Amino acid sequence: MTETRTAAALALGDDALILSHRLGEWAGHAPVLEEEVALANIALDLLGQARVLLSLAGDEDELAFLREERSFRNLQLVEQPNGDFAHTIARQLYFSFYQHELYTVLAAGDGPFAPLAAKAVKETAYHRDHAEQWTLRLGDGTEESRARMRAGLDALWKFTGEMFLPVEGLDLDQAALEALEARWLAAVGGVLERAGLALPEGPRTGAWAAGAGRQGLHTEPFGRLLAEMQHLHRSHPGASW
Amino acid sequence: MVAVTPETGTSGTVDGAVDGQSADLGAQLRADFDAAVAADERVEPRDWMPEEYRASLVRQMAQHAHSEIIGMQPEANWITRAPSLRRKAILMAKVQDEAGHGLYLYSAAETLGTSRDELLDKLHSGKQKYSSIFNYPTLTWADVGAIGWLVDGAAITNQVPICRCSYGPYARAMVRICKEESFHQRQGYELLLALSQGTEAQHAMAQDAVDRWWWPSLMMFGPPDDESAHSAQSMAWRIKRHSNDELRQRFVDIAVPQAESLGLTLPDPDLKWNEERGHHDFGAIDWAEFWDVLKGNGPCNEQRISQRRTAHEEGAWVREAASAYAAKHTSTGREVQA
Repeated sequence: MTETRTAAALALGDDALILSHRLGEWAGHAPVLEEEVALANIALDLLGQARVLLSLAGDEDELAFLREERSFRNLQLVEQPNGDFAHTIARQLYFSFYQHELYTVLAAGDGPFAPLAAKAVKETAYHRDHAEQWTLRLGDGTEESRARMRAGLDALWKFTGEMFLPVEGLDLDQAALEALEARWLAAVGGVLERAGLALPEGPRTGAWAAGAGRQGLHTEPFGRLLAEMQHLHRSHPGASW
Repeated sequence: MVAVTPETGTSGTVDGAVDGQSADLGAQLRADFDAAVAADERVEPRDWMPEEYRASLVRQMAQHAHSEIIGMQPEANWITRAPSLRRKAILMAKVQDEAGHGLYLYSAAETLGTSRDELLDKLHSGKQKYSSIFNYPTLTWADVGAIGWLVDGAAITNQVPICRCSYGPYARAMVRICKEESFHQRQGYELLLALSQGTEAQHAMAQDAVDRWWWPSLMMFGPPDDESAHSAQSMAWRIKRHSNDELRQRFVDIAVPQAESLGLTLPDPDLKWNEERGHHDFGAIDWAEFWDVLKGNGPCNEQRISQRRTAHEEGAWVREAASAYAAKHTSTGREVQA
């Protein structure tokens, strides 16, 4: 695998790995038993994607457990803490619609990610549906649920810009990225409209610069996530599990 | 078991009957029920059944369902710290399966005229119990393996006979659950084997976990036969097939050679093969500890129930939103909830 392909595998693999980890934090805390199953299911799909992608780039465990914060290439969006259920659903809505659009494009091509993308398109269609159904229920449920959904969407909006910046090794040109973003805005906007909500307004520039996550510049909660995730593995150098 | 289904309706009318004709009918239903159970026929939700049979099943199935749900916590405790991505995926899948088992069992219990909400309320208020084993903490990664090997192993020993339980919905739920549990148990064993054969520190971690989980696992079979309140009746009704002590012995006999092949020891100096009995003798269980944990004084009782309650309370607005949405969209016919 060329260096740029490795960079792309890391970027997409880190997205899936870190979001999977966040969803894993919900286990035993979900609002209803069906969501224990659903959130764990999505987390597992994402972890499966992460393992394939990281294995394309190197040893999956070395990459997951022995890199430091500045070497991770995931979007800042996926590392954001879970917050309440609406916050988690807002993150899922933004990300699963992005992932679905992206993998649809990659699956149609003949690049090295096409086989993985073909499988992931099916999984992300399910994730997208889950996020959409909950966005409708929370947006068009009670006053409280609408306010919480609104707050989740607003809080995470600024992190959505970096999804449409070029990723080294993915071979998506400016026109393709713009088309991706337009489809994403239309799809997410459509769900929000049906939920009685609207797309948030304001900049989409990340914590301080759009694209920072892909450069290894993350937000503060991320270091703590890694400390927890990596602690045991790092405590036993060279051990196998 | 269709033979005893009365045309005259529910068990309530029969039990509450005062006139001679209904009392005769009640006695006849009871006799038919007893005969059908004795003949190993299955009781189905619409069949007549004694109220005590119904109550006993609700109690046992609810406790079983609650154990699956509370049992997610000690393992979920390690999801974010699993030491490899493969182990993390296995653990997530396992915890997901447990939520699924809880769902099957609540559904099976609902066929007896109760509801999941009612049962969860009883769990949250402490009126119904869950397995005492989940009141012990998971202190190291090896505990995840010890739970798989010992706790799931004990659960399987207990649950396989329930696949032939007289109540059809419970028996069928157990067939599905036991398949998945056996898989979890093998994974737990394999996790411990990797540790036992790993570095010195990993081996010590595995041994420590087995030392801490062995006795609580033996307690999962419940009090000794002479102190078990529900055993005799449950066996007569074929809800239960073997006594607590019988199942405990069976588990010990299976676990001892497995411990040997793991290269780990069991923390019982009195454990030895008894040629005459054809079984392993083992040391005395600390029943004071068992009753204490059951009474709520184990290391994690408060923590477990408090986490469950908090998840339920903090999720109330989500459930309310889903209901409000369903009500709006069903009544206007615009869109029906999936």
